[in-house]
Amino acid sequence: MPVLTSKDLHKAFGSIQAVKGVSCEAEQGEIFGLVGPDGAGKSTTLRMLAGLLKPDQGFSIINDADVLAQPDLARCQLGYMPQHFALYSDLSVKENLAFFADMYLVEKAKRRERLERLYRFSRLEPYSNRPAGKLSGGMQKKLALMCAMIHTPKVLILDEPTTGVDPLSRRELWDILYAFADQGVAIVVSTPYMDEAERCHKVALMHSGAFVAFGNPKSLVSRMEGRVLAGRAQKPVTIAAELMKHSGVSRAYQVGHSVHVVLIDVAMEKEVISYGAEWLELKPQRPSFEDLFLDLTGEN
Amino acid sequence: MEHVVVAENLTRKFGDFTAVDNVSFQVGRGEIYGFLGPNGAGKSTTIRMLTGLMAPTSGKAMVLEFDLETESEKIKERIGYMSQRFSLYQDLTVIQNLNFYAGIYRIPRNKKADRIDWVLQMADLSGREDILAAELAGGWKQRLALGCALLHEPEVLFLDEPTAGVDPRARRGFWDLIAKMSEQGVTVFVTTHYMDEAENCHRLSLIYSGRLIATATPEYMRSQVIDDRIIEVSVFPQDEAIQVLEANPNVRRAQVFGEVLHILANPNIDGIEVVQKTLSAAGLKPSQPIYIEPSLEDAFIYLIEIEDQREEGRKR
Repeated sequence: MPVLTSKDLHKAFGSIQAVKGVSCEAEQGEIFGLVGPDGAGKSTTLRMLAGLLKPDQGFSIINDADVLAQPDLARCQLGYMPQHFALYSDLSVKENLAFFADMYLVEKAKRRERLERLYRFSRLEPYSNRPAGKLSGGMQKKLALMCAMIHTPKVLILDEPTTGVDPLSRRELWDILYAFADQGVAIVVSTPYMDEAERCHKVALMHSGAFVAFGNPKSLVSRMEGRVLAGRAQKPVTIAAELMKHSGVSRAYQVGHSVHVVLIDVAMEKEVISYGAEWLELKPQRPSFEDLFLDLTGEN
Repeated sequence: MEHVVVAENLTRKFGDFTAVDNVSFQVGRGEIYGFLGPNGAGKSTTIRMLTGLMAPTSGKAMVLEFDLETESEKIKERIGYMSQRFSLYQDLTVIQNLNFYAGIYRIPRNKKADRIDWVLQMADLSGREDILAAELAGGWKQRLALGCALLHEPEVLFLDEPTAGVDPRARRGFWDLIAKMSEQGVTVFVTTHYMDEAENCHRLSLIYSGRLIATATPEYMRSQVIDDRIIEVSVFPQDEAIQVLEANPNVRRAQVFGEVLHILANPNIDGIEVVQKTLSAAGLKPSQPIYIEPSLEDAFIYLIEIEDQREEGRKR
């Protein structure tokens, strides 16, 4: 039984169709990732899921409550973290948490236990008296996440929690999300980083307001299996241009000292390898989400 | 190999805080060299010193054989710098921005038209000359900024997180341009904390707390840096499996990665067998475990953890 369901969401701003018919579902304990570049429509989608923006068409339901028709019922089951979360920078970590606990009418008797749990996940307790404005970027994101979880919602909607965060803090944030999911929280999270798609249980690749792919991340990437080759070369740019001349090659480009080749079809593998042998030794390479994204959004 | 950028024991302090701590490296002609590190590690301070915008507290830096301390003016004419926030004039058009930068870089009148044409071609901005910079999409804006930094044909290009937030297609196009520049002999120094930018470099240095902790090619970082082997397995419930695995002395760590677990195991044993047996003995039903190649991010985090342990050791 999904705890979050949305169907056929549309939203236009003036003449720009920001979201064109998006449907999603998330179950208890599931992490659903919305992956796509800036301007793909991720934030608009999340705001409609959270009931903060009225869709032109479609609806969104959180645990039986329609986010627009029964906003109070929906909101008490929902935690939402916008991309630029408004923490009070001159309040300490502890004071920010107390403020959000008051806002969400969290009973005083339950606070202590909840805070202990959130501190355990976030490892922010040693900094509880530090002003939020003096925390590092990664720690601020963790604090924002704690504030969004203070009322123990069943659904958590997070808009790019890892953007601009360094790899170390990024991994910590994901560990916190896994811990929440483990407790049964359904999480919808957006990210512009293709390499985060594989961290989700279910993923939608978003481009120009619509999903271009949807499903289990491993099986999505496996669609590209056998179509990506790579090899080292002295002048990778020049050689990529040579490889592009072959009709079996969809794209060829340099990555560091290597050339990556994406085939139009798996069946072309042998032919392209022997064509390329004049310049370099091509070997099959594990496809990435970026390969998939470029393939699905390509004009050629 | 000719060294175009050389840093020797470069150090910069702000009061008690050492932002860049005794850093030394060399960058060869035509090389794409990456400075990879978390926020606050000292990347931007280093780039500011190398471009002559900030003086080092101690140590030395040479760019194109000129000493930054005494000859920084000569350097400025021969380098290009593209900062994180593109320094474009939003209310000027594409062509007005280019004219403005041509003036700043004192490009001779007889060369100016050619150079601007070259940039319009290179950045694929022909036909967009009269669009306001503010109205360009992210990818175009970034190419215009790069074009402005390349107008005066610099021999060295400094890029500060050049493709943050740009969509994958535009980013691909950008790196194709950079690679082309590099094949033509332009040296590129780039700072980033994005792994996918780092992959595009010929060589990388990892900077952490102001210190260089590793320098190698991305391939080497992925394949040689981590002592443990990484095993991937699908097993549920994940938290129970992690507890069981981490109790095994041959497992350094087990962590969730989407629907699977990644296990860092002792390289001198048959890790696959250990994972399989440990999980089965606990009554769990794992999928067939497989060895996977570490990602650049795995290597990066591994190196930082080792550095943190060393730092702890020093404090004790």
